[in-house]
Amino acid sequence: MVKPPGATLCDMNLTPDTTSTPARPTDVAVQASGLVKVFGDNRAVDSIDLDVRRGEIYGVLGPNGAGKTTTLMMLATLLRMDGGEASIFGVDVRREPHIIRQLIGVTGQYASVDENLTARENLWLFGRLMGLGSAESKRRALDLLEQFGLEEAANRPISAFSGGMRRRLDLAASLITRPPLIFLDEPTTGLDPRTRGQMWQTIRDLVADGCTVLLTTQYLDEADQLADRIAVIDRGRMVAEGTTDHLKGSVGQSSLHLQVSDHEHIGRAAGLVEQILGSVPVLTPEAGTITAPLDNTGRTADVLVALRDADISVASVAMHKPTLDEVFLALTGHATEDGSPAPDSTDYQELEVAR
Amino acid sequence: MTTLTAAETRAPVHSADPAAGLQSRLSLGTTLSHTFTMAWRALKKMRRNPEQFMDVTLQPLLFTAMFAYVFGGAISGDVSTYLPALIPGMLAMGSLTACMATGVQLREDMDKGVFDRFRALPIARIAPLAGPMVADLVRYALAGSLTFIMGVIMGYRPGGGFGGSIAAIALVMVCGWSMAWIFTWIGTWARSASSVQGISMMFLFPLTFLSNAFVPADTLPDWLHAFSNVNPVSHVVTATRSLANDGALTAEVGWSLIACAVVVAIFAPLSVRSYKRSM
Repeated sequence: MVKPPGATLCDMNLTPDTTSTPARPTDVAVQASGLVKVFGDNRAVDSIDLDVRRGEIYGVLGPNGAGKTTTLMMLATLLRMDGGEASIFGVDVRREPHIIRQLIGVTGQYASVDENLTARENLWLFGRLMGLGSAESKRRALDLLEQFGLEEAANRPISAFSGGMRRRLDLAASLITRPPLIFLDEPTTGLDPRTRGQMWQTIRDLVADGCTVLLTTQYLDEADQLADRIAVIDRGRMVAEGTTDHLKGSVGQSSLHLQVSDHEHIGRAAGLVEQILGSVPVLTPEAGTITAPLDNTGRTADVLVALRDADISVASVAMHKPTLDEVFLALTGHATEDGSPAPDSTDYQELEVAR
Repeated sequence: MTTLTAAETRAPVHSADPAAGLQSRLSLGTTLSHTFTMAWRALKKMRRNPEQFMDVTLQPLLFTAMFAYVFGGAISGDVSTYLPALIPGMLAMGSLTACMATGVQLREDMDKGVFDRFRALPIARIAPLAGPMVADLVRYALAGSLTFIMGVIMGYRPGGGFGGSIAAIALVMVCGWSMAWIFTWIGTWARSASSVQGISMMFLFPLTFLSNAFVPADTLPDWLHAFSNVNPVSHVVTATRSLANDGALTAEVGWSLIACAVVVAIFAPLSVRSYKRSM
């Protein structure tokens, strides 16, 4: 995704700062307290507080059905709040839904673009609906298509788009009027790793341009990569909040798994591992495997170098990060109900070493 | 794993109040502009799904011929004497059928992802409903003209001349557009597109057949005659007949237009309310 110099995706200076309006807290983007949503006898969201600062990426992490999307939809005026208070840039969500809609861009879990129109027509339509003139709308559509690497597909019907292209177009449609706050509901669920990386970069670019991003995700890895602060939600309640480091500290560390080719060397290998990582590893001599807690993933290389210097050949190396399941177990005392669909490529980084 | 940048070390965040100067209401001009943008979308959609035109192209041609040849002899003695009574009736039925599709298509549309975005946009709540209805005027015009043309091919010579015929088509277009609000309303609360179709049929058949559209109303039993007299479709058909056959602007035209206005005044707000609630 190439971003032409000078082009910004979102602009905080869009509206002039008039002195006639009452003073509002300027460093808070979203403030919510005691949010409640009840569906029948299910309290989908049960008293959630959120406090998102301007210019940050705030991640709401939780398994399917935890209430992430419901929370987002209430803040986006798409669902009525059954309880609690919320304001965005100081504007009351319940009382001024029309102003809120002008301040936010929403990109949902499923691409919400018009299947009957081409990519360019879609962006033009949304530009017009957002109050841009026809010519300006056209220009903005072309800019965005270029920024999101969709210019070649500009005149193709959406039905011919891949999942990643749709998601990108969807995000582009949310950015037409450069809203200062963007809601992203599971922006990378169902995307392949490469498209996922592109989406992450786009989200970082948004924040670099001054946007505030509130995103939901079921991947710890994604929250780790993107979010400044994370709220962990389970069964409609917030179970933890803090920076990613803070959260990971509460959960446990990564671990290193080693398998030596020659099982006789396991004792010597374990000694080296202990020397470098400073903790006693757990051994499984029959399989020739060594497992050790890992504070700093960078030390893995030191271990491998030391093993090579000692002439011990390694069959496989794996680094295991805490998964969402483990986070949940640690925070709530119960596992995620559906076993969260964590993709192998991100939560379990394994590399086979053939020697 | 990358180390995360703390919020404090990021580029300084602008201190301008993003909510300053934003309006909490929409002007009438903006509402109209949103509606026309939505109409543009509906027209694009129509052009790309030409099979949606079946009910306003083939159907009027086929039904006009069918009704004329099947009922003509029995009701009026022969086909050509039946045509002046039948064609205005067919016009009314054609526009009712066409506006039933408005509700069905709205329901289909509302189930699509793009409507989620419409809901999140700061646009007039009536625009996603009214836009397609403006575009549907094309469909009513098509249905009306084709019915007329078919009639002329079969030997119908409208006494009201060209002007009367155009006025007749214009009247059923207005009526069709107004009636479409009923089906739009059904579309906003029904669970599926096929249920909209089913519910609409239940309205459509009694309204068209229990009227003077196809038979002289005085042949009906008394209780049915009474219903036919208050049935708005009868008034529209009578008004259309007088315009097309005599070129006369009768009081029935006025009554029809008043009935249309009442329908819109009731069902447009109901539809918007129900659409908002479906969020």
